[in-house]
Amino acid sequence: MVEWSDSERKTIASVWGKIKVDKIGPQTLARVLIVYPWTQRYFGSFGNLSSASAVLANLKVANHGKTVLNALDKAVKNLDGIKATYSELSQLHCNTLNVDPDNFRLLADCLTIVVATSFRSEFNPAVQATWQKFLSVVVAALSSRYH
Amino acid sequence: MSLSDKDKSIVKGLWAKISPKADEIGAEAFGRMLTVYPQTKTYFSHWADLSPGGAQVKKHGKVIMGAVGDAVSKIDDLVGGLMALSELHAFKLRVDPANFKILAHNVIVVIGMLFPGDFTPEVHMSVDKFFQNLALALAEKYR
Repeated sequence: MVEWSDSERKTIASVWGKIKVDKIGPQTLARVLIVYPWTQRYFGSFGNLSSASAVLANLKVANHGKTVLNALDKAVKNLDGIKATYSELSQLHCNTLNVDPDNFRLLADCLTIVVATSFRSEFNPAVQATWQKFLSVVVAALSSRYH
Repeated sequence: MSLSDKDKSIVKGLWAKISPKADEIGAEAFGRMLTVYPQTKTYFSHWADLSPGGAQVKKHGKVIMGAVGDAVSKIDDLVGGLMALSELHAFKLRVDPANFKILAHNVIVVIGMLFPGDFTPEVHMSVDKFFQNLALALAEKYR
């Protein structure tokens, strides 16, 4: 079981509270598709992803970015049960979507970078440590039902 | 994933902008690495103070970014240019090469924080590739 200190709980809630999902979600997914272009393999139906500007302008990318980031809310609201929270989503990503779980790590890293770029000096080392701990638990949970 | 001419030009362009803050970036990135990835502290057990603002951390961050700047100038031949550094890391320091990725992540986080407007997704990609190639060059002599 993951242990969260009171300070970590506060930090995670605070960071999440300041994240504008409608802005950060699209930016994060776009960044993943641009920085790690092989991830585009999962989005064949999304239309034009042929250049950075095309990805950034793509509405399906933007909407999906919001969907993905909104799903983080469940984990924030249930820090003591993240693995159970994502059990079904993990199965979905393995069995139906066939997503390589290494992609969860790439998305988490990009999210951290986008949040850092947005929050700037507020995103101090201690906050980064807690935030990355949170995301690594989420990534592990999403990977947990893979077989 | 070798560096295209475009990647090299992007990296050099970004370096020109950020190099005045190289010391700060290095200190900040290195300090963050020790805090966010505590396993990296195992290489510095001989240091008195591993806190982010500590003197040794700042000094070493400066050394690291100096080497990054040197790598930018040798971007056309990273393996050749970083041979001595690779030998140092392989035979003397024996740092697990997995840590190069960890440090690179933190440098990228700090660049994003200090230069948000310049660190577009396109620039991010070229920089990520650069650090990947730098890590490979650094690991060249390991075995």
